[in-house]
Amino acid sequence: MVLDNIPYIPVADGVDWFVDKITDWFSFVFDPIKDGFGWLLDNSADYLAMVPPIFIIILVAILAFFLSGKKFGLAAFTIVGLIFVQNQGLWEELMFTFTLVFYASLISVLVGIPVGILMSKSKLAESIITPVLDFMQTMPAFVYLIPAVAFFGIGMVPGVFASFIFATPPVVRFTNLGIRQVSKELVEASDAFGATGNQKLFKVELPMAKRTIMAGVNQTVMLSLSMVVIASMIGAPGLGREVLSALQRADAGPGFVAGFGIVILAIIIDRFTQNLNKEK
Amino acid sequence: MPIKVENLSKIFGKKTKEATRLLDEGYSKEEVLEKTGCTVGVNRATFEVEEGEIFVIMGLSGSGKSTLVRLLNRLIEPTEGSVEIDGQNLATMNKENLREIRRTKMSMVFQKFALFPFRTVLDNAEFGLEVQGIEKEERTQKAKEALDLVGLGGYANQYPSQLSGGMQQRVGLARALTNDPEVLLMDEAFSALDPLIRKDMQDELLDLQETMKKTIVFITHDLDEALRIGDRIALMKDGSIVQVGTPEEILINPANDYVEKFVEDVDRSKVLTADKIMKRPETVDYDKHGPRVALERMREQGLSSIFVTDRSRNLKGYVTAEDARKAREEGVSQLSSIMKDDMPTVDLDTSIQDIFNVIHDAPVPVVVTEDGKLRGVIVRGAVIAALADGNEVNGDGA
Repeated sequence: MVLDNIPYIPVADGVDWFVDKITDWFSFVFDPIKDGFGWLLDNSADYLAMVPPIFIIILVAILAFFLSGKKFGLAAFTIVGLIFVQNQGLWEELMFTFTLVFYASLISVLVGIPVGILMSKSKLAESIITPVLDFMQTMPAFVYLIPAVAFFGIGMVPGVFASFIFATPPVVRFTNLGIRQVSKELVEASDAFGATGNQKLFKVELPMAKRTIMAGVNQTVMLSLSMVVIASMIGAPGLGREVLSALQRADAGPGFVAGFGIVILAIIIDRFTQNLNKEK
Repeated sequence: MPIKVENLSKIFGKKTKEATRLLDEGYSKEEVLEKTGCTVGVNRATFEVEEGEIFVIMGLSGSGKSTLVRLLNRLIEPTEGSVEIDGQNLATMNKENLREIRRTKMSMVFQKFALFPFRTVLDNAEFGLEVQGIEKEERTQKAKEALDLVGLGGYANQYPSQLSGGMQQRVGLARALTNDPEVLLMDEAFSALDPLIRKDMQDELLDLQETMKKTIVFITHDLDEALRIGDRIALMKDGSIVQVGTPEEILINPANDYVEKFVEDVDRSKVLTADKIMKRPETVDYDKHGPRVALERMREQGLSSIFVTDRSRNLKGYVTAEDARKAREEGVSQLSSIMKDDMPTVDLDTSIQDIFNVIHDAPVPVVVTEDGKLRGVIVRGAVIAALADGNEVNGDGA
């Protein structure tokens, strides 16, 4: 057979070597991140868990009421859902999961929007970044956990890292799309009045693209939620860990309850980010 | 001399050099496209715009007029040629200088208004000054003045979507005027508006121009609009300027077949025709009536002649009051012996211009016929009224 004559290509070994080397060479970057960011995550989650749940429930309900245009639906759901989580003894886990999602999405958005802007401004950047995004999104999410552990050990930080890789593409894509969709006449108008590139971006393109970008942010947040659950496999605490341990013990009840907690968090986060995007 | 354009070209595509060479050798736009894949947007346009005039660039869609106006403020990079404004060549200057020119010397008004939907009317009008970094107070004051100028002073805090099309374009105009530019570029500014509003806006622009005395480059595909507002008109075809002249020059002396056809086309559709100004004729029946009835009818209507038709309104001729009176005295009972048939006839779609030529020395009103049947008559007064007015005249009331 002809195909058998092609020698085996050691791709897996190559990747191993690459990850090892990166870990070695960049340990001076990874270690401080691991320590500093780990400290921030731990403390944030701890402080959050120290706040009496009733305060958080009331605060979130009030926010929900105003965000949804002074309607009671979302606020009522928020109250019932959060009380349920507290009742099931999963409050601390919820706070951990929320902290992870918050930081993971924050980093995704802070990196994703500028990259999306770059993509919208340069055809070259777009043609390079697009396949990278495709790769990031289609590679099974579990795969990212492996180098994440190599770089950052176990815990919350590698979870945020893996989530960042998995969840950033939507906000990049939507930012790019949103800016490219701004009508040509509006771009011409801002040029014709002598706006600089930055003025055009901040005064015309970003405001026009805001709704599309926010749709991307919503996607990114939801993806990071799904990823921080998976990240429980590398020791990230939170609701995901409860699901995982229920799975390992084939314990349907606690697994379902923890899963339900994730659904409640997902619905609240989703409605919040969507309502942020609605026209006032 | 605010704007001096020389040999300005824009060729879209990759092989611009080759395309330019082919154009120099006299190949047409289509041939260049076929040979090089390049689209000729504007082909060596040369013209000058005088200070304070409304210079209309007019052409059909695809003639390159929108490209040309964008070359003037370099929203599109020219392939060749120069655009001089106050002695500075816009085509070659650096980005900073270009921005400065755009900010202070020329503003643009867009076909689809291009207002920023998330900004109020006032904030839209302020945009030009805002990007210059002018203080809020000063720019608000200037924007308000501009809005007052276009009659939208009371709408400052509304959003564009709350306004009608005509009002939105007034905001577009106000935004352009806030900068107090020397040159206004108006790209099909009124084309998206419905005809009545468009006419209002044209009037208003002319009124404003009375006091502003800006240099305006106005793009349109509508010859009527061009004739109405243009001090001078440049006609474009296939990216080239085929004629520049005053409206009169273009109408009276079309430079070539293209222009002539253009002008003709517009005339044929726009200019008044016979059916618009004719009125119902008084007639007598050839078979039934004699001189007595004819005379009676003329007396009733105060006419000096009357037309004769058969039963199915085929035109036979006319009799004059004088002949009819003689015939009655002589006891003639048939109309045929006194009937004349040297009346001028025209068709329903004959233009006023042509009617004017024949009515001049006709003994009786001009008759309008269709397949030999009498449809109406045109009296001299109606033609003169229509020519003087330029508007449609209803024949029944003339």
